Amino acid sequence: MVKETAIPQLLPDPLERAQAWAQGGRSVALATVIDTWGSAPRPVGSQLVIDADGNFEGSVSGGCVEGSVVAEALDVIASGVPRVLEFGVADETAWQVGLSCGGRIKIYVEPLS
Amino acid sequence: MDLGALATLNAERRERRAAILATDLDDGRGWVIREGDAVAGALGEAVARTFRSGRSQTVEAQGRTLFLNVHVPPPRLVVIGAVHISQALAPMARIAGFDVAIIDPRTAFATRERFGDVQLDAEWPEVVLARRPLDAFTALVAVTHDPGIDDFPLQAALAAQCFYVGALGSRKTHAKRVERFLAQGVAAGDMERIRAPIGLDIAASTPAEIAVAVLAQIVQALRSRGPAGQAGRSVA
Repeated sequence: MVKETAIPQLLPDPLERAQAWAQGGRSVALATVIDTWGSAPRPVGSQLVIDADGNFEGSVSGGCVEGSVVAEALDVIASGVPRVLEFGVADETAWQVGLSCGGRIKIYVEPLS
Repeated sequence: MDLGALATLNAERRERRAAILATDLDDGRGWVIREGDAVAGALGEAVARTFRSGRSQTVEAQGRTLFLNVHVPPPRLVVIGAVHISQALAPMARIAGFDVAIIDPRTAFATRERFGDVQLDAEWPEVVLARRPLDAFTALVAVTHDPGIDDFPLQAALAAQCFYVGALGSRKTHAKRVERFLAQGVAAGDMERIRAPIGLDIAASTPAEIAVAVLAQIVQALRSRGPAGQAGRSVA
C-alpha cells in the first residue's frame, strides 16, 4: 500500500514549499490575503510564499499583483518587518498595479523567522 | 510566524486534521490552534466559529487584531475500480485538490505501475471501507461495471451521506441497479442521489474525457452543496 498524503503532490503546496525552503537555509516570506471587498480573485486565506531570490509558489490574485507582492516580500525579508499591502482597481493613467476584476484585497506579508 | 509553527501546521495538514494559524497583525506573532484545543474568552468563540464555518477571518480579541487562517482537510475521492478512466481521473482530481484513493480487488488492475504513487488498495471495498469509512466530505465513484464490486460501496456511500455518489453504466444498467438496490431495502429517495450515467454531459468519449466529465460533476456537487448535514442533497 502506498503512503497516504493529505496534500496532493501534483500541484506544489505553498506552505510545504516554504517549510522546505526555510529548512534548506533559504530566507522566506509569506503573503496572505487577509481581507477582500467585491469580486476579489482569491479568497481570504490564500497564500503566496517567496524566497530571497524572488522564487515564489501559490497565489494571492489571478496573477494581477503577484509581481508587486514579490517585490514587497523581498523588502520584508531584508528588513524582517511585516507589512500590510492593499490593492484595488488598476489605475491605468497612473500605471499603478491593480486588479482588473474591480475588487480590492488586503495582503499581509511577513518574514518566516 | 516562525519555522516551528509552520512545521506544526504542515504536520497537522498532512494528518488531515483541521488547524488554525493565528497571526497577531500588530506584532507578527503566529501560532497554531488545533481543533479541540482549549481557547478561552472571545478568542475561543472566534476560533470555534472559524472551525465551524471553515472561513478564515480577522477578529478583535484581547485588545489585539488577529487573523485566523483556517486549514481544513481536502475532500476525498474514493474510486472503486482501477480502470482506464481511473488512471486519468486520479491525477486530475489530485491537481484539483482532492485526496484520492483507488480500491479494486482485482490485482491485475490495481498495480503500482498503472497508478504511480496514488493511494491504491488491491482489496475488496468491504475490507478497505471498514478500515477507512466514508463520510460526508468524500466523493465516491464506482467504475468497475461489476455489481459484485460496485454495489456494496455505492450503498455504503449513500448511507454515509457522501457529497457525491456516481456510478458508471448505461441507463439500462442503472435501471437494473435501481431494481436490485430497492429490493435490498435502499430508499427510493436515496437512489436518486446516484449520478448515473456518470459525469456531466459534455459528450465525452475517451477515458480521459470521461474523467473530465466526472471530475466536473464532483466539483459541482462539492461547491453547490447545502450546509453540513445536507451535503449531496442540494444538486439534482
